Amino acid sequence: MAEHTFKLPDIGEGIAEAELSDWLVKVGDVVREDDVICEVTTDKATVEIPAAVSGKVTWLGGKAGEVMAIGSDLIRIETDETVEIVAQPEPEVATAPEPEAKAEAAPAPVEPAKPAAPRRPAPSPAIPLARNASGRPLAAPSVRGRARELGIDLRQLRGTGPAGRILHEDLDDFLAHGPDTRGGGGLVRRTGTEEKRVTGVRRKIAERMALAKQRIPHFSIIEEVEVEALEELRAKLNQRFGADRGKLTMLPFLLRALSEAVVDHPEINAHYDDEAGVITRFEALHCGIATQTDTGLMVPVLAHTEARTLWDTAREIKRLSDAARERRIGPESLSGSTLTVTSLGPLGALATTPIINHPEVAIVGVNKMVVRPVWDGQAFVPRRMMNLSCSFDHRVVDGYVAAEFVAKVKSLLETPAMLFMEWRDE
Amino acid sequence: MNELRCSLLVIGGGPGGYVCASRAARLGVDTILVEGQRVGGTCLNIGCIPSKALIHAAELYHNAVQQAGTGMQGITVSAPRLDFGQTQEWKTGVVDKLCNGVAGLLERSGVKTLKGWARFRDGKTVEVESETGPVLVRADNVVIATGSVPVELPGLPFGGRILDSTAALALPQPPRRLAVIGAGYIGLELGTALAKLGSEVTMIEAGPNILPQYDDKLTRPAKRRLEALGIALRLNTKSTGWDDATGVLTLQGEDGEERLEADAVLVTVGRRPATDGLGLGELNLRLNGPFIEVDDRCHTSMRGVFAIGDVTPGPMLAHRAMAQGEIVADVVAGHANAWDKACVPAVCFTDPEIATVGLLPSEVPEGVATKVSEFSFRANGRALTLDAAEGFVRIVARESDHVILGIQATGPGVSELVSGFALAIETGLRVEDVAGTIHAHPTLGEALQEAALATASMANHG
Repeated sequence: MAEHTFKLPDIGEGIAEAELSDWLVKVGDVVREDDVICEVTTDKATVEIPAAVSGKVTWLGGKAGEVMAIGSDLIRIETDETVEIVAQPEPEVATAPEPEAKAEAAPAPVEPAKPAAPRRPAPSPAIPLARNASGRPLAAPSVRGRARELGIDLRQLRGTGPAGRILHEDLDDFLAHGPDTRGGGGLVRRTGTEEKRVTGVRRKIAERMALAKQRIPHFSIIEEVEVEALEELRAKLNQRFGADRGKLTMLPFLLRALSEAVVDHPEINAHYDDEAGVITRFEALHCGIATQTDTGLMVPVLAHTEARTLWDTAREIKRLSDAARERRIGPESLSGSTLTVTSLGPLGALATTPIINHPEVAIVGVNKMVVRPVWDGQAFVPRRMMNLSCSFDHRVVDGYVAAEFVAKVKSLLETPAMLFMEWRDE
Repeated sequence: MNELRCSLLVIGGGPGGYVCASRAARLGVDTILVEGQRVGGTCLNIGCIPSKALIHAAELYHNAVQQAGTGMQGITVSAPRLDFGQTQEWKTGVVDKLCNGVAGLLERSGVKTLKGWARFRDGKTVEVESETGPVLVRADNVVIATGSVPVELPGLPFGGRILDSTAALALPQPPRRLAVIGAGYIGLELGTALAKLGSEVTMIEAGPNILPQYDDKLTRPAKRRLEALGIALRLNTKSTGWDDATGVLTLQGEDGEERLEADAVLVTVGRRPATDGLGLGELNLRLNGPFIEVDDRCHTSMRGVFAIGDVTPGPMLAHRAMAQGEIVADVVAGHANAWDKACVPAVCFTDPEIATVGLLPSEVPEGVATKVSEFSFRANGRALTLDAAEGFVRIVARESDHVILGIQATGPGVSELVSGFALAIETGLRVEDVAGTIHAHPTLGEALQEAALATASMANHG
């Protein structure tokens, strides 16, 4: 028999610490080599740590949610030929009490107030109908039988007994006074709360959002864009190439427009290192694509957007967002963005106030496309319209520059031929 | 053809049928009961009662053998002898006494009993092929309570050395080598009893475990006991053939084919509703597989036709049939009654016994948080004095209000604890109610209180 101690391994990127987001084993479990024992979250990604040997877990080095230094003791596993893999270990019969378990005496469940009055105090508003093991109203068989004889549906009553159990007294009360309608005409107060530890990806999101909002003085510009021409072009391209190259959404066109617009406005496509006081402008557009996943918001990065065709862009966005949703995206695809786009598709609302992805200096939000009446000088005509909601870091981007940038994007989208015509005349 | 009229006709005199008929008659309903064999049904004649008698006798003999060997608690006896004929006679006496009791009960209640086989003509008319010729019964209400029969395996038709549970209970001698196909509770009960009576038993189970409806932990003591009794257990194994001339059973297991010589083969792979020849084709009843669908008053989809017991969907247990019989008697007599049970207790008379009521931990619906607590009989004084300390009592309670949703136990005499378990669940008790009830010391029942205390506050001996 031997006990092995395993340390939190270096999971790349030269990081010094990582958050232990979840244990998948507990003390006493028997694990096999390569079984996943825990999940660890770094700045960029969640990594699963496998067991290095088969054996029985004897000690865990931290709790879920704790930040641990790389190289600190993570787990101890006892290897022993006699430990039976797969079979559940039989818990020892407790001959000596475990002090810790004893100390945690269970809190008694909340009991409704005990009544004794002509009309029994209303137990109902806060208490939903208590149900027994088979899902029926919680009541003794004698109470159920009497209710049946009286033709009373027990679901109309709220019990005043322990755990909301319906008593004979409750039936008497119902007979004398009818259904208890006090407390809101059938509407029931909901009183439950749920506490959830903020760990893993969610904690990372919280930290980054707080950082961005604390440091960056945001201002937003909301501009409307007429997309009739763009939509027509998109429909034709999909008709012509959709079968072979896949359908295009609005997003690749917007990214094309941004690739062009940042050439005239390099101050938008930049990082501001506020501690060093340095602005880095990028020639390349590495576009962050805000993506909703089960674990929360993630921002995979579409590198060199400026050098991609519409279809290439579409395919790459799909690959990245699928990888993010399936949690198999690597840290390299989650870093290095220079400008971020956030789009909620059909949920896109009228306008939004996006938060800048620090240390970037701007973010482009896409709102929902709708048909609106537009005055063309003689009549109202229906036009497909879409708003863009962009936020900027006012420390380094002036309002005038931002407005120019938005106007440029608008003009490119409204005259989509320009998207493909503005190559430099070298 | 003779014609009879009545308000209630009960087809089948098993626990469901005789309870229904007797109760209805005493409530003033004009009742006829039809039974092709002796009243008492499977339970009394060829099921629960004779098997429990045999299990008890087997246990006594097994203890005597132990005492003749190394001794038990300092007691030794000289070579014990088994006169199996006398054992069977005693068992038959018990069965006779109970069946006569049922016949007497029906008579006292005012039930007219017809001996014969019933066949529906339509929903209100039943033809009975009786000893004294055919009788036509016209009834306002008919109850189908025909029970169930063992399922045969293809290639192993019952008869000769291929036994169903009925034949296994009527053996003149324990077979020298017995193969039992199907490690459900019937196979385990009979296989264990015959092993204790001297048979060399092999249990064959197609699934990965004995009693597959229960969790590993609950069946582990019984499984360990099989081993101690020298019963060979072949899991994940199917029987593929039987050569009656040589008495060889062919088995297909994980490690390939195997031949097993046996003097008798007991097939206990399940039971099915006994509705053959009943003329159900004449009725338009809604079925659920082979079972007859019923509502909470045991009404079928046809007006005036009820069904109770093993022919209806649910566990095939005598006490469920009796409860349904009560409901139908009340409904026909014009009283309010309906199925609103929170639980149906179930007991396997294995060694040790296994008892379950309500929900197993694995059966708790999603979204319901539970607290599960256990108390081992190894920390129970009475269990130690009985020299049977293996097993435990387990309580599954809802976390939000500590209402007990399920209780499971395995260990010495837990079949006698199960009524208390069911009472707690049916009346909607919380663990605090059980924990706050003084349980007599030293008794096995203290394990229930201790398990309740573990969730309510802390176990006193845990």
